[in-house]
Amino acid sequence: MNAIGSDLLILLPELIVACSALLLLLAGAISGERIADAISWAGVLALAIAAYFVAISAGPAIAFHGAFVVDGFSRFAKELILLGSALTLLMSRDFMSEAKLMRFEFPVLVLLSTCGMMLMVSSASFISLYMGLELQSLCLYVLASFNRDSVRSSEAGMKYFVLGALSSGMMLYGITWIYGFTGSTEFATVAHVVQAGTVSVGLIVGIVFLIAGLAFKVSAVPFHMWTPDVYEGAPTPITGFLAMAPKVAAMALFLRAMVMPFPHVQAQWQQIIIFISAASMILGSFAAIGQSNIKRLMAYSSIGHMGYALLGLVAGSVAGFKGVLIYLMIYLISNAGVFIVIMAMKRDGKQLETISDLAGLSRTQPRLAFVFAALMISLAGIPPLAGFWAKFYVFLAVIQAGQYWLAVLGVLTSVVGAYYYWRIVKVMYFDEPEKPFDGRLGVVNGLILTGVAAFTLLFIVFGGPLIASAGAAAATLVP
Amino acid sequence: MNFPILSLVTFLPLAGALLILVLPGKDEAAARNARWIALITTLVDLVVAFVILANFNGHTAAFQFVEQHKWLGGGITYHLGVDGISVLFLVLTAFLMPFCILASWESVQRRVPEYMIAFLLLETLMIGVFCALDLVLFYVFFEGGLIPMFIIIGVWGGPRRVYASFKFFLYTLLGSVLMLLAILTMYLTAHTTDIVTLLHTHFSPGMQTWLWFAFFASFAVKMPMWPVHTWLPDAHVEAPTAGSVILAGVLLKMGGYGFLRFSLPMFASASATYAPLIFVLSIVAIIYTSLVALAQTDVKKLVAYSSVAHMGFVTMGIFTLTQQGLDGGIFQMLSHGLVSGALFLSVGVIYDRMHTREISAYGGLVQRMPIYAACMLVFTLANVGLPGTSGFVGEFLTMLGAFATNTWIAIFAATGVIFSAAYMLYLYRRVVLGALVKPALATIKDLSLREVAILAPLVILIIAFGVYPKPILDITSVSVANLIQEQKVAIAYDRHEAYAAITPISKGVVR
Repeated sequence: MNAIGSDLLILLPELIVACSALLLLLAGAISGERIADAISWAGVLALAIAAYFVAISAGPAIAFHGAFVVDGFSRFAKELILLGSALTLLMSRDFMSEAKLMRFEFPVLVLLSTCGMMLMVSSASFISLYMGLELQSLCLYVLASFNRDSVRSSEAGMKYFVLGALSSGMMLYGITWIYGFTGSTEFATVAHVVQAGTVSVGLIVGIVFLIAGLAFKVSAVPFHMWTPDVYEGAPTPITGFLAMAPKVAAMALFLRAMVMPFPHVQAQWQQIIIFISAASMILGSFAAIGQSNIKRLMAYSSIGHMGYALLGLVAGSVAGFKGVLIYLMIYLISNAGVFIVIMAMKRDGKQLETISDLAGLSRTQPRLAFVFAALMISLAGIPPLAGFWAKFYVFLAVIQAGQYWLAVLGVLTSVVGAYYYWRIVKVMYFDEPEKPFDGRLGVVNGLILTGVAAFTLLFIVFGGPLIASAGAAAATLVP
Repeated sequence: MNFPILSLVTFLPLAGALLILVLPGKDEAAARNARWIALITTLVDLVVAFVILANFNGHTAAFQFVEQHKWLGGGITYHLGVDGISVLFLVLTAFLMPFCILASWESVQRRVPEYMIAFLLLETLMIGVFCALDLVLFYVFFEGGLIPMFIIIGVWGGPRRVYASFKFFLYTLLGSVLMLLAILTMYLTAHTTDIVTLLHTHFSPGMQTWLWFAFFASFAVKMPMWPVHTWLPDAHVEAPTAGSVILAGVLLKMGGYGFLRFSLPMFASASATYAPLIFVLSIVAIIYTSLVALAQTDVKKLVAYSSVAHMGFVTMGIFTLTQQGLDGGIFQMLSHGLVSGALFLSVGVIYDRMHTREISAYGGLVQRMPIYAACMLVFTLANVGLPGTSGFVGEFLTMLGAFATNTWIAIFAATGVIFSAAYMLYLYRRVVLGALVKPALATIKDLSLREVAILAPLVILIIAFGVYPKPILDITSVSVANLIQEQKVAIAYDRHEAYAAITPISKGVVR
């Protein structure tokens, strides 16, 4: 097989997703809205096939002259991304059709952005990084404003687009500096050129801008401003999507874009990461206390969680990357459950978003309340639930790296964060009930929610292999 | 013995909780089923605990009934075992649970299945704390217990339940997370979280200090020691009766158990260095909270403050690092588990009838409730520490230990005994004695058969252990002696290290 053929074979999962997106777009254009649901299912199928090929793909492999890399790390991140996208498509069907938003463009856009995310986590050069990022972002801008008749949704999309474009611009600007001072856009070559001790100011400027752009994508402080508004304005399933797959992709990209090209200047970029991680943890926990809208609360929660995940990058070790991967896995799965519950908050045909609407849910819908409480406690990081192990492994890495004060700050903010998660438990369990929600959960969502609950509760028993595979994946990031 | 009996005793209540969860039934039927399942489960669990106690070998300090399985990998294993220090706490927990279920039989009418599930879950987590021989496993049980307790206080508690549950939760969580960091540091230093290995791992004196304070933060809040005790009166007052019993009877003991299991043996030098700090805090707790108790108008609050004072004796005894002090500390914890549990149950009895905890609402109960008055008298005197009750043995031994360490500590602690006599007898006089003049009390009924069944065994045990404490001391003494011995060796090792650092002579390793 010739060179381009083997390169394409390495790219097979991405090609599957991209080609199915195009085929489904075609099918949708021909048949119109009435097969939107079928297209959604077909999208899930495509994602599942891609996931299969990701799983069996041989690694480590490099394609397109080092622009694209397949290793254990990218495989793990891709599986998570595909899971997140598939869950989004599955759980949003009922909601979207009830809100009259079930258009065939929705699954197509999800697939295309998924393709962008997969490229992101596999990119090993700044050019492919940027391409993947933009493919993802453009789809997400459209998705955020998917409910085009709603002012809030349009506003969310607009805000997201303007700020996103700005951050992309900054990142691109940083990349030009890096290119200017190293003469290459490929991670491996940059790493070769940039040696410790000979750090030029220009390169640092480039790294700073690059980090600014990446921090925007993971919604870390001080580039978090868009998050609450976009989370609140976007249709709920799309908010869920934003909280799942793109977060994983952006964080995985963040790791690779720091670790592969700049291993020798870790001391320089580490300071910046420490700051944004600490600031995110603090803001995420304190700002969420005052929120009354559950989607805004989840936005601040996601800011905080990205701060914790970034602790693993601060550590800059295999243990740290392992921690990040475990964190992302647990965070993604928890969010699927959280947003299914938020979608079920419906009374008299109206979608509700206020926390006080959950009052007394434990009386009216005990099972839903139980799962939601478990998820909240898990996100708060209380053992024995899954979220505790997410924090456990990043804190372990941070302490190993000797960043004791950051670890102390992290656990203290987690106590503050625990307050607002527990407040939701309090509302559901201690307060007097209102009328029950009348939204049907649906079979698919019920099954997903059961799975999420089982994962959250039983991670402590069966988590060993997942932790081990995250460790193996993380080890491949460092040559 | 290959049968995983510790896993059984730990997870049997969880199985009961799951059974309640899956059992169908509407309101009344579900409540009845839940009560019976919970009672039977806790009784069977108690039998299992007694089997463990019967097969326990008191002549060795080694861990017994050990189970070890692979768990999360990387040196973190599922490791259970008990020794002379922990086995009695396990039995105490299993012993108090059926009383809690019985005490809630009629007083809890709302959401009974959930209530029973929360209690059974709590039992699993509490027993796990005392069985765990892996730090991470210990932490999971230790902190996981917050979840059901938060729910118990918050759902079935009194008027200020939300405030109390959040205060309880955030205080204890804040202490625990610092301990988590210490656990992670120990894991990274020793590459294992196995407690048996860590007991023989040496941490440098500088590191010991940090680790000691991190563990101290957690256990001091849990214990609770002055000045971080303020969550306890709120939690006690607002919790339902059974919740108070468990809080005072078991949850507080986790702090003392933690000091014994971790702080003393693992950070031996730091424990010796900072023992004076503990003494000061203990003395303040004993005297100050006794005075505060004297001024209370709420029965439960009074008992809660007396708990803080009694825990002061425990911390004092433990940190004397003497055989008497440690034996006494453990005995005091077990005795207090029974006595405070009994007191809260007694308060629950009258609360169920009158629905008030104000002392001024009662008086002259002896006229209509003679059996109750008799039981209450035993508990009151036991809480005072009268010879012949279990309360005396623990306080006497801890003060003996304190006397051997520093006379002044013992003198100050002894004043606490006087104060405790003052507030308890004052309480007894106001509630039970005197003329029955309150019209609301005119028709109050004496103990029902169920209530007698709850209180009688406690009366018997409190007097039995007061007269003949040997069975308990026999179980603890070997492990305690071993702990003190190892601690001495570890301190000597640290001294030797410090000595070797300034003089270039090395005469081999001490241990």
